[in-house]
Amino acid sequence: MNVNALLTLAVLLLAAPAVPGIAVRTKSMLSGRRGAPVLQLYYDIAKLLRKGSVYSTTSTWVFRIGPWVVLAALLAATLLLPLDGTRAVLRFEGDLVAFAGLLALGRFALVLCGLDTGSSFEGMGASREVTIAVFAEPALFLCFITLVLATGDVSMSGMLGAPLVEAWPRAAASLTLVGISLFVLLLAENSRVPVDDPATHLELTMIHEVIVLDHSGPDLAAILYASALKLSVFGALVVSVFAPRTGLGPVASIAILLAGIGLVAVAVGIVESLTARLRLNRVPQLLVGAAVLAAFGIILLLG
Amino acid sequence: MHTVPQLVLLFVVLTNFGVLGTTRLSTCIRALALQGWLLGLLPLMLASHLSVHVMLLATGTLIVKGIALPWFLHWAIREARVRREIEPLIGYVASLLLGALALGLAFAIATRLPLPHLEESLLVPVSLVTVMIGLIVLTTRRKALTQVVGYLMLENGIFLFGLTQAESVPFLLEVGVLLDVFVGVFIMGIVVFHINREFDSLDSANLAELQD
Repeated sequence: MNVNALLTLAVLLLAAPAVPGIAVRTKSMLSGRRGAPVLQLYYDIAKLLRKGSVYSTTSTWVFRIGPWVVLAALLAATLLLPLDGTRAVLRFEGDLVAFAGLLALGRFALVLCGLDTGSSFEGMGASREVTIAVFAEPALFLCFITLVLATGDVSMSGMLGAPLVEAWPRAAASLTLVGISLFVLLLAENSRVPVDDPATHLELTMIHEVIVLDHSGPDLAAILYASALKLSVFGALVVSVFAPRTGLGPVASIAILLAGIGLVAVAVGIVESLTARLRLNRVPQLLVGAAVLAAFGIILLLG
Repeated sequence: MHTVPQLVLLFVVLTNFGVLGTTRLSTCIRALALQGWLLGLLPLMLASHLSVHVMLLATGTLIVKGIALPWFLHWAIREARVRREIEPLIGYVASLLLGALALGLAFAIATRLPLPHLEESLLVPVSLVTVMIGLIVLTTRRKALTQVVGYLMLENGIFLFGLTQAESVPFLLEVGVLLDVFVGVFIMGIVVFHINREFDSLDSANLAELQD
């Protein structure tokens, strides 16, 4: 375990709540509004932590531990990412499966919370969330397979670390495709616009928002922080693919990572301003498209 | 050096999938226009030296495939007032997956073809996949205009394959290809308008029903 990796992890954990703020700010500026402060989520979380939680009588212990499982799964997944560009806090052969599994565990816990409330709205949101996951997960694995084939290393630290720098000249085309595919996955996994609208006010059309509708106080704070962290984790994935940072000092590495995630957030805001939300039955098409891109990357490497 | 034509060929494949995955006809045509521009750039990048022949080929392709044909198709959808493909014979997700299959097949075939060694190894598989996806669009979509788009993609694929021999193939042959398409599209345009006037829609399935 090295100090650099821990330091970068700490910086990312601190900066995570600002990432959705940047996306929202970009969106408001592009539509001619001033928008909420970038640091709004910090205030929200601080406020929620001071409040108590309200639980409905139909909910059970599943509902109470759910948000914390979500947060723990996301934190554990973050440990596997080589944030400083060389190696992660935790690494072992095949940890990419663990990474995807932890993301899935977080989603599973969230969906169970939604179902546990017994509300039909939340059940609907849960079913949509799972439907999208069915299409998003194969795409994520195809991206990982491409990265593994390009770098010849089956751990997150390897395929996003030093071997990736050497792989870029050989496999620029495949890696570009993977980067684009990962960005589409980022939009889908984090309930951003072409898939879900974080700003929607109608329960019928919500996906992520409707699942967390019944949570309050510290539980909601955990969920909000976990979803901000998820956005940052996916942002870090995209940045690691496009800008591998080996051989830089720790400060430069962190700066590039944060700037990159900021850029990704701005891109998310731009996408949200430019595109309308897709009809629900067209979402699988987008995700299959992302999977096809990643599969194309694999074919290019094999061909 | 080799990465730029590679990326261009990559974008050609992406425009193929763009056509395969969109319902809006105008988006389809825009993707086709982009493909035309990319095809126009390719001869310049692949040629070992810039001869008059190459320059003419590039500008000809740009004008016909990148400007004239898309403009003609845009005009056609405005006149015929068709906006989107209503229901293709095969759904969009299924056709995207078919496209992915075609992609795999194209790369598998390309490595087995007894071709002389080429400077740009991606050219043959990309041309094959463009032909196949053009064929998919041509056969599975109902609107006559989308079928024209599919035909043009097929034609683009053949053009890409022709690029492998760009150094040795006579200039006249290439011009013949461009002319071919132009004539083909005009004939199709006439057919499209006849279908439209006869049935008040561009659904080519109407042609299968026999009437007095």
